[in-house]
Amino acid sequence: MRSSYRPDRPSLLLRVGAFAGLAFMHIPVLIIILYAFTTEERTYQFPPPGLTLKWFERAFERSDIWQSMTLSLGVAACSTVIALVLGTLAAFAMARAKFPAKDSLTLLFVLPIALPGIVTGIALLTAMKAGGIEPSFFTIVIGHATFCTVIVYNNVIARLRRLPSNWVEASMDLGADASQTFRYVLLPQVATAFLAGGMLAFALSFDEIIVTIFTAGNERTLPIWFFNELFRPRDRPVTNVVAVIVIAVTLVPILLAYYLTRPDDEHETAR
Amino acid sequence: MTLRAASTFLYRRPAWYLALLLVPPLLWFGTVYLGSLFTLLWQSFYRIDDFTAQIVREPTLETYKLLVTQPANVDIVLRTLTMAVAVTIACALIALPIATYMARYARGRMKALFYVGVMLPMWTSYLVKVYAWRQLLAKEGIVAWAAGKLGLAGVLDAALAAPGIGGPSLSTSYLGMFLVFTYMWLPFMILPMAAALERVPGSLLQASADLGARPAQTFRNVVLPLAVPGIAAGSVFTFSLTLGDYVIPNVVGAPGYFIGMMVYVQQGTAGNIPLAAAFSVVPIVLIAVYLAIAKRFGAFDAL
Repeated sequence: MRSSYRPDRPSLLLRVGAFAGLAFMHIPVLIIILYAFTTEERTYQFPPPGLTLKWFERAFERSDIWQSMTLSLGVAACSTVIALVLGTLAAFAMARAKFPAKDSLTLLFVLPIALPGIVTGIALLTAMKAGGIEPSFFTIVIGHATFCTVIVYNNVIARLRRLPSNWVEASMDLGADASQTFRYVLLPQVATAFLAGGMLAFALSFDEIIVTIFTAGNERTLPIWFFNELFRPRDRPVTNVVAVIVIAVTLVPILLAYYLTRPDDEHETAR
Repeated sequence: MTLRAASTFLYRRPAWYLALLLVPPLLWFGTVYLGSLFTLLWQSFYRIDDFTAQIVREPTLETYKLLVTQPANVDIVLRTLTMAVAVTIACALIALPIATYMARYARGRMKALFYVGVMLPMWTSYLVKVYAWRQLLAKEGIVAWAAGKLGLAGVLDAALAAPGIGGPSLSTSYLGMFLVFTYMWLPFMILPMAAALERVPGSLLQASADLGARPAQTFRNVVLPLAVPGIAAGSVFTFSLTLGDYVIPNVVGAPGYFIGMMVYVQQGTAGNIPLAAAFSVVPIVLIAVYLAIAKRFGAFDAL
């Protein structure tokens, strides 16, 4: 009753605004998918004069696309593993404990997301130059792992905060020791948030450009390949095909993450 | 057994437990992240010698002086700031009906549709979205096509002819850039706003209705003030993301420089790391100021 009370039905204006807004968010992505099938290769003419599948074939033959794709997948996998370890450790430490300087640490752990990516990027670059470190696969991973850690941290800590603290106490009162409590009480609760954090971190890393440009040197991740293609487009529809592939690769982990962390909305409103 | 003994040991000594958990992430963030940030800050106090184009490694405020006294540099900061504020306002206006509908009216499947519908574009590849807009806004692209079909070609031309915001086509004008920024950050505004609206207790609306308020009055006097922390939280994202972006002004945009582009160009082709560093300190300062303002509106309670 509490949350299901509605003073009135939504006005027509509100409904139009809401649905138009939602459509506005999806049309560009749908258009890009359509353009991957167009027969017109020089301009962005709309509507496309005809539809074809040949650009997919052409894209699969391009070795530069495969190389960039492999690099991006490797970077995303490594960054996600590091982020899962660091983010989960930080979340467990920060969830309940009270200690001096906790607020500063909270700020530190969200700073890589709160500050614009370009600040992280140029900071890492200047540090690399100052330390004589050459850009490589590892410098890309170091940059990515830093902001991916924040994503995992946010997901896990949100779940830990929602967990009633008396569950742990109840478990201990019933005779479980600390490791049993962790295994049977904390772990099942946190597992889905942990997985979701990992999925989002992977998707974020796979798609990252702002920081990567500064740390990549001559390495070409898929977003860097894409970025270069924007300025000297050859085979424009092939670029569209890669766009469709990128959408597909990031979509799966994101949808999985959503279903893993979905709030139990149905139960709340059914009351 | 040893694991059990260890876990019991740690449970009894919270300080040890905490230290064990915190050391790896702190080492990473302390050295990699803070280390880099301080190196960056340090570099901004160096300067480039005008004749040799070499970095002079003596602490000086010369580079900052260049930043705040050269009209071109001041223009860049002001231009970026104006864009960030305009984008934030536009995002708040477009997000309000969506967030209100999804938080207060949509139920069950419709609600799930809206949440997934907002999350998907938010997480869809950033570059792909920018690329999509470049195609949409091109001279022969879909926006111009739709405007022609709807008989609004004259309106589009008039907007493009407007001084300051116009240009030869949408994809080379501030107007187009503003559209793209608004599109890109919109979900970051909707989600915190919806979260804040979800938390408005139904009893307040009931009381307002019982006391004779019409729905519009309830919305204006009860719901909207309670949504302010959500709007403030969302605006932190829209503001910060606009300030630091350099891809969008590069791909869709007018000739004028933005802070992010300036950092990118100065560190790259121009090779002026001190000036790039000083420019990247500008968004940090602006965001710190903005966070202080947002905090007063309760942004951190809504995150």
